[in-house]
Amino acid sequence: MDLLSTLQIALRALLRNKMRSILTMLGIIIGVGAVIAMIGIGQGADQTVQKQIATLGSNMLFISSGSATGGGLRMGNGSTKTLLEADIVAITRECPAVVAAAPGVQTSAQIVYEGDNWGTRVVGTTPEYFDIRTWDFASGTSFTRDDVTNAANVAVIGETVRKNLFPSTEAVGKKIRIGNLPFLVVGVLIAKGQSAALSEDQDDTIIAPLTTVQKKMTGQPWLRFAMVSASSRSSSYVAQQQIKALLRDRHRIRAGQPDDFAVRNLADIADVASEASKVMTVLLGSIGGVSLFVGGLGIMNIMLVSVTERTREIGIRIAIGATEGDVQKQFLLEAIAISLLGGVIGILTGVGASFIISSTAGWPIAVSTTAILIAALVSIAIGIFFGYYPAQKAARLDPIEALRYE
Amino acid sequence: MMETSVDAVASPVSGRHANESVLRVEELHKYYQMGDNKVHALRGVNVEINRGEFVAIMGASGSGKSTFMNILGCLDKPSAGRYLLEGIDVAGLDKTQLAGIRNRKIGFVFQGFNLLSRTTALENTELPTLYARLDKEERRARALESLRLVGLAERTDHFPSQLSGGQQQRVAIARALVNRPSILLADEPTGNLDSRTSVEVMEIFQTLNDQGLTIILVTHETDIANFARRSIVFRDGTIRRDEMIPRRSVAAELIKTMPTLED
Repeated sequence: MDLLSTLQIALRALLRNKMRSILTMLGIIIGVGAVIAMIGIGQGADQTVQKQIATLGSNMLFISSGSATGGGLRMGNGSTKTLLEADIVAITRECPAVVAAAPGVQTSAQIVYEGDNWGTRVVGTTPEYFDIRTWDFASGTSFTRDDVTNAANVAVIGETVRKNLFPSTEAVGKKIRIGNLPFLVVGVLIAKGQSAALSEDQDDTIIAPLTTVQKKMTGQPWLRFAMVSASSRSSSYVAQQQIKALLRDRHRIRAGQPDDFAVRNLADIADVASEASKVMTVLLGSIGGVSLFVGGLGIMNIMLVSVTERTREIGIRIAIGATEGDVQKQFLLEAIAISLLGGVIGILTGVGASFIISSTAGWPIAVSTTAILIAALVSIAIGIFFGYYPAQKAARLDPIEALRYE
Repeated sequence: MMETSVDAVASPVSGRHANESVLRVEELHKYYQMGDNKVHALRGVNVEINRGEFVAIMGASGSGKSTFMNILGCLDKPSAGRYLLEGIDVAGLDKTQLAGIRNRKIGFVFQGFNLLSRTTALENTELPTLYARLDKEERRARALESLRLVGLAERTDHFPSQLSGGQQQRVAIARALVNRPSILLADEPTGNLDSRTSVEVMEIFQTLNDQGLTIILVTHETDIANFARRSIVFRDGTIRRDEMIPRRSVAAELIKTMPTLED
């Protein structure tokens, strides 16, 4: 029998038991829908994380003092006092892969403006900091190199600080107090938002010249961290190696001794985050895969019931000249039709679900066409795999027995 | 696959020569294994049926007539002996070739009609042409012609549930004829029908036979067997009697004497 007639017969058989066909399809619909939605969500989350990491700065490396990695618990306080401004100057001068570097110290303080006050993170650094982090100004400008040299009482505030202290007035040019010291606001930064990688509100900060913070607030001459910009994303790993070698040399760390600093590469952080979301995607995808398998078993079950129910029909068909192949093709096509139709509905459901979830979570929508294509092929494969045995059973029926079947 | 005896003749049953062997069986045996028991259903059957014959096969249940029919219909294979259908030894054919024989050389009519439900008379009739891989127009034309032959040209779009028993059996006959078979095998075709409808069905058989179609009819009712020209009686797996029927009933005349049942 030709394929078109067989397909017609198969579809008619499915329409004859609409409720049953839909219920059978449901397993595939849920399975395919889950896989598509989960992969879509996983990829959407990954893109979000990557975008957030990119907001930290371009080709950025992060040097921190002390035992920032490895020991874990020893982190805090900047337990080593060995990272100095001279190191950062040396890095800029001697590491070819490094474009710019900004030293940094950090403390926290209460900021007061007229009647309002707000506790925040105070970062002391140099003007390069804003370039390295590709951070633009909403209003005003950065402080200058001279301000750093003179330890001037000037500050740049983040969006969160501005919102809390200057909800309706212009901040630039205003006098604030950081702790007990009076400062002049020279610039307001544009909002960068929450950072997933550093799990902090990047805008909840106030940035002042390095020397001002060191001399007038912390009283500590060493650095807490430094931000370094590599010449390109691909060279950031090279830069990392160069910085490590230089700092170990400058700090006179013998071979075999652990670093007294840590260099984190933003590309590494991005890779870790992306690895994590990949694991999530695989995990969620396999849950969908399991439901697909269960859906396939449902098809097999219903097809076996259908073969038994239609034993007489099969007997008639064989008696009037259907070959084993004809009967097998008919039932196989029926199974494929169920699972493919279920797959198509599942794809639509999955795409719809990912749209809803990503719009509620505020993630970019990432419906991958590869996932859709694979889902369609997988549903056909499920139809063939789980339909084969029932179809085989139908084709092998003894026509005499089948015709006698009540 | 095999040469078809269907020629380009308009009528599905005409244009054939009498006194030419359509089927011949020689020393046919059939054993069944039923648990530990070996059942010997056919014990050496020899018979030859020529083209244009109308043979009634009779016998009590267990006489072997159903087994014989199943073998003639290529639904079952003999354990021993030869079965030649139009000169072809059926024992040497594989499953696909047997399906082809059932499709093109044999027309089946069953006691229970065995039509596909929720499928129209026309589609039911068309079914064997699908397996014969004829093209769409040819299929439609043959099915319509067959239905016309059994007097159901007006009922093509009816479902089996909308047809009377006699009409359903006529659809089944149309389906059996659609591929222009060499023989028509009818297994208790009147078993589910009232007496008037039975005679109507026999009238169709006699008409088809008069046009040259070979018909083999299995029945246990003597008055139905009397519509045939030759009767073969089975008992205990062998042919007990094989004779021509001297004064056969003519359905077309008999039906005039029967009252029309109105309800």
